[in-house]
Amino acid sequence: MFEELTNGDSFIHGLDPRGKLIVVFLFSIVVAAADRFQVLLGSLTLGLLIVLTAKVPARKLIKRLIPVNMLILFLWLFLPFTFGGEPLFFMGPLAVTREGVFYATRISIKSNAMMLMLIALVASTPIFFMGHAMHQLKIPNKIVHLFFFTYRYIHAIYREYLRLKNSIKIRGFIPKTDLHTYKTFAYMVGMLLVRSFDRAHRVHNAMLCRGFKGDLYSLKKFSFKTNDVVSIIFMMAMIVIMGVMEWA
Amino acid sequence: MGLNHLILNLEDIRFNYTGGPKVLTDLDLQLFKGDRIGLMGPNGSGKTTLFQIIMGLLKPSSGSIEIYNYPCKTEKDFIDVRKKIGLLFQDADDQLFSPTVLEDVAFGPLNLGKSRDEAMEISLNTLNFLGLSGFEDRITYKLSGGEKKLVSLATVLAMEPEVLLLDEPTSGLDEKTKATLKNVLSGLDLSYIIISHEIDFLAEITDHIYTMENGKILFDQEVHAHEHVHAHPHGAYVHEHK
Repeated sequence: MFEELTNGDSFIHGLDPRGKLIVVFLFSIVVAAADRFQVLLGSLTLGLLIVLTAKVPARKLIKRLIPVNMLILFLWLFLPFTFGGEPLFFMGPLAVTREGVFYATRISIKSNAMMLMLIALVASTPIFFMGHAMHQLKIPNKIVHLFFFTYRYIHAIYREYLRLKNSIKIRGFIPKTDLHTYKTFAYMVGMLLVRSFDRAHRVHNAMLCRGFKGDLYSLKKFSFKTNDVVSIIFMMAMIVIMGVMEWA
Repeated sequence: MGLNHLILNLEDIRFNYTGGPKVLTDLDLQLFKGDRIGLMGPNGSGKTTLFQIIMGLLKPSSGSIEIYNYPCKTEKDFIDVRKKIGLLFQDADDQLFSPTVLEDVAFGPLNLGKSRDEAMEISLNTLNFLGLSGFEDRITYKLSGGEKKLVSLATVLAMEPEVLLLDEPTSGLDEKTKATLKNVLSGLDLSYIIISHEIDFLAEITDHIYTMENGKILFDQEVHAHEHVHAHPHGAYVHEHK
């Protein structure tokens, strides 16, 4: 489901995940805080460039961008009308304000720029490398564990879901708009939660049996190579330039 | 055998799940060094519960547990127990949680305080021993059922336990994997208790087969001898039914 993109072998795939995490983090902060259109357009261009370098297939890219942009679509439905400022034109009794349009445009550019970067990161880094990188960057253990187990158990829950789905399918269930369907789906969700809870409990027990004391150790050693140093310097420079353009 | 060889001593263990019926009633069990015990019994007779009590995952409502002549009551007592006793869960999916096989096998040794290199070495050796070399980087949730079972066993063996508790290790395995398992177990210098419904399997790799019924373990002598005629694969070989 998630790692379908991590098998590539682009330049970005080979980079140290720690460097990638730091760069994406700083990039996101600057983009989130920036306001000027030059900076925002610059960040969007940079994002596109990185995604291209990571060789993310266009179809997968679009599939991942759709959910974010659905959310943004809703913002476009409300922001131009509700944001106070100079009216651009009127739609019946509603005024569309210049500030509102700018604001919505900024949000659209920012979100897409950040999403592009995140897609490039996730698509080029196996999830468990990412977890270990987070650990080595001294991100609190609890967050790293949460991240790890969420990932691991999304699969378990998904498989549990498939099993339940098959079991209702083979007994001739066809979803309709009726109480029986709602009830069945409700049972299914309930079962899924209860079963996942039980599973989590058993896994925890299994971990206790193997001496788990709250620490996850990593077998993976990361090392910075020339490529990493060069890319980090390049990206940092870009981020600094964006910052200078915004605030200087 | 003397007390020095007594690993496990359970006396008058009672247990019931909250609001449920009694699962274990005055259960006694002793395991000596070198014992290889098979445990049979109908579903729901409390076999898995017994294992969980030995590992300290469930607390009995009464009775005493002594492991290596040391009374075990609190979670802290059992932390040491778990270093010496390895439990193989019934469902391998409960046991494997790391993304890759190597990481999962190394999880136990790392928890025991081994260095990264030591843990790697132990894990690779264990995998090799189970005929799983080359599996290190496989993704755990994508393994087949038999592979999962063997990897789970590797995760337990990597902790170098002195006692193994195996909960239905053969369920869902094909004959070939079962044979591998049999070879591995008979080659180990460990004491173990195996829960299984397969008498042929138990007869080959254990010295005693006990049955569990109504929350108690019936030892050999308490079982009523009976005769019956039946047919099953390998029926031509001499075997016992307890």
